[in-house]
Amino acid sequence: MSSIQSILIIARLTLREVVRRRLLWALVGLTVVIIALTWWAFSRIADVSPVTGPVEMLAVSQVLVMLAFMFSFVLAMTAVFAASPAIGPEIENGLLLAVLARPIRRVDVLLGRWLGLAVVLVGYAIMAGYLEVGVVGLATGYLPDDPWPAPLYLAGEALVLLTLALAFSTRIASVAGGAIAVVAYGLAWMAGVMGGVGEAFNNDVLRTAGTVARLILPSDVLWRGAAGALTPAEAVLRSGGVTTPALYKFSPFSGSSPGPFWLAWCVVWIVGTLAIATLLLRRREL
Amino acid sequence: MVAEGADPTIETHELRKEFGRIVALAGLTMAVPRGEVFGFLGPNGAGKTTAVKLLLGLSRPTAGDARVLGAPLGDVRARRRIGYLPELFRYQGWMTAREVLALHCELARLARSDWVVEIRAALDLVGLADRADDRTETYSKGMQQRLGLGVALLGRPDLLVLDEPTSALDPVGRQDVRGIIGALRDRGTTVFLNSHLLTEVERVCDRVAIVDRGRVVSELTMAELSRERGVGLRVSSLDGVGREVAARYGPTRVDGEWLFVDGIADAEVPSLVAELVARGGAIHAVVPTRHTLEERFMSLLGAAADQGPAADDQVPAAASTPAEALAEPDAEGRP
Repeated sequence: MSSIQSILIIARLTLREVVRRRLLWALVGLTVVIIALTWWAFSRIADVSPVTGPVEMLAVSQVLVMLAFMFSFVLAMTAVFAASPAIGPEIENGLLLAVLARPIRRVDVLLGRWLGLAVVLVGYAIMAGYLEVGVVGLATGYLPDDPWPAPLYLAGEALVLLTLALAFSTRIASVAGGAIAVVAYGLAWMAGVMGGVGEAFNNDVLRTAGTVARLILPSDVLWRGAAGALTPAEAVLRSGGVTTPALYKFSPFSGSSPGPFWLAWCVVWIVGTLAIATLLLRRREL
Repeated sequence: MVAEGADPTIETHELRKEFGRIVALAGLTMAVPRGEVFGFLGPNGAGKTTAVKLLLGLSRPTAGDARVLGAPLGDVRARRRIGYLPELFRYQGWMTAREVLALHCELARLARSDWVVEIRAALDLVGLADRADDRTETYSKGMQQRLGLGVALLGRPDLLVLDEPTSALDPVGRQDVRGIIGALRDRGTTVFLNSHLLTEVERVCDRVAIVDRGRVVSELTMAELSRERGVGLRVSSLDGVGREVAARYGPTRVDGEWLFVDGIADAEVPSLVAELVARGGAIHAVVPTRHTLEERFMSLLGAAADQGPAADDQVPAAASTPAEALAEPDAEGRP
C-alpha cells in the first residue's frame, strides 16, 4: 500500500472521528452563536459611533482584532486538545496495535492524523474567519485594506500548535503533552510582547530574545500577521491625522505581515517538527 | 521440526530483545511449520508478548534475526498476509463493528468488491451479526474480543497470530474459538497461539513451544505428548522388591498409596499386575494415566527454576494422580 493511500485512510478516519465525536458540530454551533452576537454588537457600535474616519476605523479594528484573538485561542486550544491524545494514548490502550500490524507504517499513521486534524482546523479557521470579517464589514462598513490573509494566518497558527501537540503525543502522556503545548503557546505569546518592548525601546537583548522565541515556536509570528491584516493600514491612519505611538508595538493585539522569511520558517518548522515526531514514534516501543 | 518440503511460516534465530537492562527475550530460536497450530507457552514475564510484537514488526529486536512468511521482520508486504488479535484488544468505540471491519479491510488492502462478503463472513463466524451496527463502545469485553478475532480473520490470512484470544470469553466463546482455529487448520492457515490456558492449547495445537526467561526450553508435538502414557496402581503390602519389579516396566514414582509407572504399554499392564500380586501386593485399583501439557509445563518450569536464580518463576512440579489425569478440565483449564 502506498504511503499516500495509507495517510489518506488515517486522515479520513480522523475526520470521521471528529464528526462522530461531535467536535466539529460543537465548533460550528458555537461559531454561529458568536457570529450572531458579533452582528448584534458591531451593529450597536456602528449606531453609537458610525465609522466615518480613521479614528473610528481604528476603534472598530481593535474590537475585531480582539475577536480574532478569541478565535485564535479557540483554534489553538482545539489543536492542542485534539492532537494530544492522537497517538500516545492510542498506543497505550492498544487501539493502534491492531492498526500498525497491518501493512501501514508508523509515519503514515502520524501524517494521516496530522492531515485529518489539519483539514478540520484550517477549514474551521477559514470559514469562521471570513464570516467574522464579512459580518463586521456588513455591520459597520469597516473592511481592512487586505483582510484576506488574516484567517490563513490563524489557520497557520493552529497548524503550528497541532504539530507541536502531535509531536508531544508520540512520547508524552496526553495530559502532560497538552499542558506543555498550552504553556509553550502562552510563552510564545509573551515572548512576542517582550520582543515588541525590545523594538520600542531599541533593546537588543529583548529583541533577540523575542526573535529566538519566535524561531523556537513561531505561533506568535502568525498571530501578529492576523492582527496586522485586520488593522487599518498605517497610511490610512496617517492621512486622517492618527498616529500610533511606538509603544503600540507592545500590544499583543497589534502586528504586521510576517514577511517571506518568517512564513518560510513556519513551513520549515512544521516539516522539521513532523520529522522529529516521526523519529520519536519510530523509536517508540509499542 | 519443520514440515518436509515447506519453508516454515516463522523462523527465528537467537532473537533477542532488551529494554534497557531488562532482557525480555534472551535468544529465541524456533520454527513454526506451515499450516500448523502452534502454541507458544510460558509463565508471566517469559517474553511471549514481546516475541509476538517482534514477529509483527511492532517492536525491533536488539539482536538476532527472523523471517515471517519468508520476509524479514516488519516487512510491510508480508503484513498483508497476517491477521493479528492483540492481547490488549481495543477498537474505535465510536465506530460500529461493521465499520471497524471495513476499516481493516481497507488497511489490509482487500479489494473493495470483497468487503461485503468478508465482513459478513467475519461477523457470522464470531457471532456478532446481530450487533454489527452497534457502536463497539457498547460491547462487553468478550464481544470486543470476538470482534478482534473477526478483524484478524479478514482476508483469509496465511498466518494468524492470536495473543491470549480467549481471555475475555465465556466457555461458549472459548469453544467457538476452538472451532474456528480447527477450521483454519483445515484450510491450511498457520496459527500462532499465545495462551496461558494450557488445556485449551492442548486441545487445539499441533505443536507447542514452552518459553522461559526468553528462551525455548522445550518444543514438542501433541502426538509426542499423547504417547507419554502410563498406569497408576493403588497398591498396598508391596515391598521394595515389588517396586523394583515395577521399575522394569518403566520409570516409577510413589505418591501415597499410588504407584505410577510411566511409559508402560497397555499390553504390558496385565503382566505388571500379575507380577505385583505374585510379590504379595494387594491391588485396589488400576487406572491408565497420561501426561498432560500442564504437567509437562510445570515440570519443565520447575526444573528450570531449580537450575536458575529467578525465584519469581519457580513453580512446584505437579503430582500426577489418576483423579487429575481423568478429570475433565473446566473452562479455566483447571482439572
